[in-house]
Amino acid sequence: MTLAQEVQHFVRAPDWTWYILVYFFFAGLSGGSYVLATLLRLRGEPADEPAARLGYYAAFAALPVCPVMLVLDLGRPLRFWHMMWNTTPGDGGPVLKYWSPMSLGAWGLLAFGVFATVSFADTLVRDGHLTFLRRILAPLTGAVFTAAGSVLGLFVAGYTGVLLSVSNQPVWSDSWALGGLFLASATAGSAALLHVLLRLRPAARASRGKLTVAERLFAPLELALIVVFLLTLIPAGAVGTAFGMPWTLLWLLALAGIAPGLGGLLTSRLAVTGEGVTVPVAQASAVRALVWPLLTLAGVLALRAAVLFPVQ
Amino acid sequence: MAEITPGRAYGFFTDTSVCIGCKACEVACKEWNQLPGNAPAFGDGYDNTGALDAQNWRHVQFLDQVPDRTENSGRGKAWLMMSDVCKHCKDASCLEVCPTDAIIRTEFDTVYIQPDVCNGCRDCVAACPYDVIEMDEHTGVAQKCTLCYDRLQGGMQPACAQACPTDSIQFGPLDELRAAARRRVGDLHDQGVPEARLYGEDDAVYGGLNAFFLLMAEPEAYKLPNEKNAVLPSRNNAGGYLAAFGTAVLAVLGGLLAFRKRRDPEPEPEGGEEG
Repeated sequence: MTLAQEVQHFVRAPDWTWYILVYFFFAGLSGGSYVLATLLRLRGEPADEPAARLGYYAAFAALPVCPVMLVLDLGRPLRFWHMMWNTTPGDGGPVLKYWSPMSLGAWGLLAFGVFATVSFADTLVRDGHLTFLRRILAPLTGAVFTAAGSVLGLFVAGYTGVLLSVSNQPVWSDSWALGGLFLASATAGSAALLHVLLRLRPAARASRGKLTVAERLFAPLELALIVVFLLTLIPAGAVGTAFGMPWTLLWLLALAGIAPGLGGLLTSRLAVTGEGVTVPVAQASAVRALVWPLLTLAGVLALRAAVLFPVQ
Repeated sequence: MAEITPGRAYGFFTDTSVCIGCKACEVACKEWNQLPGNAPAFGDGYDNTGALDAQNWRHVQFLDQVPDRTENSGRGKAWLMMSDVCKHCKDASCLEVCPTDAIIRTEFDTVYIQPDVCNGCRDCVAACPYDVIEMDEHTGVAQKCTLCYDRLQGGMQPACAQACPTDSIQFGPLDELRAAARRRVGDLHDQGVPEARLYGEDDAVYGGLNAFFLLMAEPEAYKLPNEKNAVLPSRNNAGGYLAAFGTAVLAVLGGLLAFRKRRDPEPEPEGGEEG
């Protein structure tokens, strides 16, 4: 293969580093938690409602970090609103470029923020707080509302990968799998996050088995996308850049994060046995209840770092 | 210099075959645009500028191809010098992704970053295939060659073109520059310099470059992507969103499966429970 036929990149890295890493992490967990909460309420039994509410709380709790990180990362933080309002003299007005993921993402994050906040308020009402809001929220917050919010949640969890690809950077622009990869990892991480948070809400522990099964299903999805991501880098000759040392260690951590889910799938398939619904959480081993979900969350962070840092 | 009229396309023709590496363009650019510059870096060659960045909007590349032993005349190829600059692409990657619309096409058909609109998100830095744009750490906004937008509005040609002592940098209406470039490359071929070629003069890279070049080697030697690799960021939108959509469908199906209503768990047989 001659030089002229190779994939060439003569670009400068954008220096999207720690702030953006933290943003990617929390955006994935916020969007993913909202989606899981909606699915739990839609599909689960009445006993799963406490876990669904936990999901809406988690989605809202993870949300405020996102805009803060994004604003801090700007060269001119106080101009963050320029993402939505074009200030060109004589040509001002709202700006939305659907072909620019950063532009679309700014609006998507804003819209998701509205849904997550309303769902948070609605959850408070359902839990018996701020009941004076009931009359305002009740007509709003049905299944259609949470379904729309979930579409936005999926977008927020995944568009960040597409944003990296829509560039001319090595690795990022050599693959089309990053959006899917971030989305899969966000759902796996959100299931793990809710798993950890069960400790704070005893009533939600009835859903423990369902969350365990969800982790078993999201893990192979994430694994598949890691493999697809690696395969898409082969034609560009970028596998070494993305997966070579020291990034191998981060990828191993990401794999370790989905190992409990993969292991569970292999040994128990989708059955809820042992430490599932039939065993009270207090009796479950600390490893399964806490260490593994935390490992999964560390893997979510490691995966994003392993995508962000090798080319910067 | 003929009158500079808004509505007409202007650009640079940078003829590297006559560049002598004097860096007058870099100095003139810094003087006019009040760019303080970086501390010089002294390396192995004559290039102590390094790269195009927020402070350097012209950068003279030195391609040292001097052989270890003198075996032939070199035919003018031992040292290749090229005054690099923003290409002002017709289909500009930076303009395409800019979420604030700070990057615009001016009435002179050049690509300009409005410093009072830019908020320093650096999406254009990730997009530019020529490593032209950098966010300035002092101003916090992305900066690059403006093709002397302010001088053009005042009827003056860009500072670098005015300063260039060999006419390696020529400024003018794009159609006139293209005609001149085609004549020049024809002359060089006639003189037995077959390696001379134009880059960006036609629409093969990014729909045509308003700042195009006559090169003395293949484009990649000058860190310019060839025709096959000159691609826009938006090419990855469809594939990226499609992969994300497919993953989202699978994830939702997985959630629906995992959260499905289950019959009451049957009591485990005595001692039959797995660990």
